[in-house]
Amino acid sequence: MLQRLSAIYLAGFLGYFVTRLVLGKPWSAPAWHAWITHPAMRIAAAGFILALLAHAWVGMRDVVLDYISHVGLRLVLLTLIGLLLGGCGLWALHVLMVTAG
Amino acid sequence: MSVTPVTAGPPLVFTGWQWYKSIHIRPLTMPNQRTAPIYLNLYRIRFPAGAITSIAHRISGVSLFLSLPFMVYLLDLSLQGPGGFDRTLQWLQCGWIKAVSVVMAWSLLHHLLAGIRFLLIDIDIGVTLPSARVSAWLVNSIAALLALAYLGWIL
Repeated sequence: MLQRLSAIYLAGFLGYFVTRLVLGKPWSAPAWHAWITHPAMRIAAAGFILALLAHAWVGMRDVVLDYISHVGLRLVLLTLIGLLLGGCGLWALHVLMVTAG
Repeated sequence: MSVTPVTAGPPLVFTGWQWYKSIHIRPLTMPNQRTAPIYLNLYRIRFPAGAITSIAHRISGVSLFLSLPFMVYLLDLSLQGPGGFDRTLQWLQCGWIKAVSVVMAWSLLHHLLAGIRFLLIDIDIGVTLPSARVSAWLVNSIAALLALAYLGWIL
């Protein structure tokens, strides 16, 4: 269920993002910065990051559980996936809230 | 010792729906137990559109996952003032990044379209075998065509 709900949010946000990217043409540093740091965009993008973390975790976990039967290897892979996702998520949130100013 | 010819026996056909069930629906209490043939004789398995949609949904999902660090890196760079933004554009105009971006565009398109198809099947739209086959073909070919259109656009 989490997988489906997050999928719907991800699809909706991506639809908006790509449409606005193509039509709005924010292809200059100030325009891009202004768009990403707009308060509503920040909230929506933070939601996108969280939904993506949940969605990617469930999906990758299913793939590992389906194709890897060795318990130790599973544990290693799931740990690596979790670390990569956690790292990317924190990094992206940091960019969104701190780097972007 | 005799070897059974690989083409012997009736063809094993995974319909799209059986394949979908075998990888997407499993008992909650036993997340790893699913019914799959233990001995896969690849010559006897016909692989219809639904199975391609399904396996490509997984492959594209994994490749999207693997692209995440680079995506976040680009986002980070693009928001580090005008210099960072220009360097992001330089990255995106680099030849091999463009080539990878075509693969990523296909991954995203296929994952999105196949995901929508699975969601519709979940709410009982397009469950019958003929319609599931048609939608599987549509997803496979539209994703590939749009990826080709993207390739033409960036060239």
